[in-house]
Amino acid sequence: MKIRTITTALAAAVLASVAPADEDADLVVEGETLITRAPAPAHVENLTEVLSGWLFRSDETQALQTDDFDNPGMIFVDQALDTWDEVDGAAGKACASCHEDPSSLAGVRTTMPKVNEDGELWAMEDYVNDCRTTRMEAEPWKWESQDMLNMTALVSLQSRGMPMNVAIDGPAQSYWEQGKEMYYTRYGQLDMACANCHEDNYGNMIRADHLSQGQINGFPVYRLKWAGLGSIHRRFKGCMENIRAEPFKRGSDEFTALELYLASRGEGLSVEGPSVRN
Amino acid sequence: MVRISGAVLIALLAAGPAGAEVVAPQQVIFDDGAVPSSLTGVPGNAEVGRTIAVDRKLGNCLACHENTDLAAEPFHGEVAPPLDGVADRWSEAELRGILINSKMMFEGTIMPAFYRDTGYSRILPDFEGMTILDAQQVEDVLAYLLTLTE
Repeated sequence: MKIRTITTALAAAVLASVAPADEDADLVVEGETLITRAPAPAHVENLTEVLSGWLFRSDETQALQTDDFDNPGMIFVDQALDTWDEVDGAAGKACASCHEDPSSLAGVRTTMPKVNEDGELWAMEDYVNDCRTTRMEAEPWKWESQDMLNMTALVSLQSRGMPMNVAIDGPAQSYWEQGKEMYYTRYGQLDMACANCHEDNYGNMIRADHLSQGQINGFPVYRLKWAGLGSIHRRFKGCMENIRAEPFKRGSDEFTALELYLASRGEGLSVEGPSVRN
Repeated sequence: MVRISGAVLIALLAAGPAGAEVVAPQQVIFDDGAVPSSLTGVPGNAEVGRTIAVDRKLGNCLACHENTDLAAEPFHGEVAPPLDGVADRWSEAELRGILINSKMMFEGTIMPAFYRDTGYSRILPDFEGMTILDAQQVEDVLAYLLTLTE
C-alpha cells in the first residue's frame, strides 16, 4: 500500500513535469496582468506575435510566478534589498546613497542593454559594476555572482509589468545588426542557429523541451533546473553548449549584442524578472 | 578448428570492414542529395541502429521525430516529420544521404549532418574534426530506418 502510494506520487510528479503548457493562460502577478503576448515589432520580420516564455511552461511552473510568496526568485530580491543599503568601497557609499529607493530605477530594465556615454553597449550588469567601481570605489561583482544576480533581480522587479523597449537605432544600430547576424548564424556540431529552434519551431517539442521564442524579458530567471537565479548570458551559454558550440564568454561583446537583438525581439512584452522557468 | 575459425571471425569483425574501404566524410559523393553506396561495405545492424536512434548522445532522432516503433520511449519531438513509414517514402540511397548531410537535399533544414567533419562554426574543441556518428553507425541507423514501413 505504501509502495503503491509512493509509485502514484512519482507518477504524478512525472506527469506534472511534462504537463502541456497552457499557451492561452494570462499571467496575473499580485493582481497585475502582465503582457505575455504582443504584436511583433516591425523589425522582427518573421514573427507576427511575440510570446513570453512563461506561456510555454507547465501549469505548475506557470503558477509559481503568479504569487510572490511562491516565486523562489523573490528570496534573492530580499537579499538585494539588504545589500542596497550596505556601504561598500572606499567612497563610503551604498546603492541607496545615490538612488535612494530601488523604485527610482523603475523603467531601467526595459531599456537594457543600452549604449553608454562612450558609445559602448552595456548590459545591466555592466552598469551595476560601473556604479560599484566608479561611484562606490568598490570591487566589481562577477557576472554570475549571487550579489550580481540578486541586484539585477531587484532592479528588474522595479520595471515589472512595463514593456520592453530597447533602443536599436543611432549608436545602438551596429550592435543590433551584430546581434541579428548572430541570431541567424549556425554554430556548433549540431549546426543550428537561434532561429532554427526559437523562430521556426517555437511551440514544438524538442524531445522533452517545449520550445519557446527564447524571449529574455523574464531575466534574471529562477530556473528550477538551476535551483537558483541565472543571467541571460548563462542561458545563452547553455544553449550554445547544447548544440556543441564553443560559447562566448558571459559579459562578452558578442553576448551583449545578442542580448540587445533578443531584447528588441521582445519589444512590447512585460518585464517579468525575476521570472520562473523550468 | 571451429574455435580458431571463431577467433578469426571475431578478429575480422573487431577490425571493422576488412577489405572494404570506409568512405571518409569528405569523400562522400552525393547524387541529388542521395548516397547510393555504403560507407563501409558492411551491412548495417538494424537493432544497433534502433539503439543509436534513441541515444541522446548519438542519433537522438526522437529529439525531433516522432516514431511509433519507439513508443515505449518518452518524449518524442515535433520539429520534424514522423519516422513512421519513412522507408516507404524514401529509398535507401536517399535515406543514407539524408543521414550523412541532409542539407544536400533540404537546404536550410534544422537537421544536423551526422557524417560531416568540417565546415562548422565555433565547434566545441571536444568535437573538432569529428562526426556525430561514425560510418558504421550511419549504416546501422539506415538499416533501422529501412525497417520502418507501413
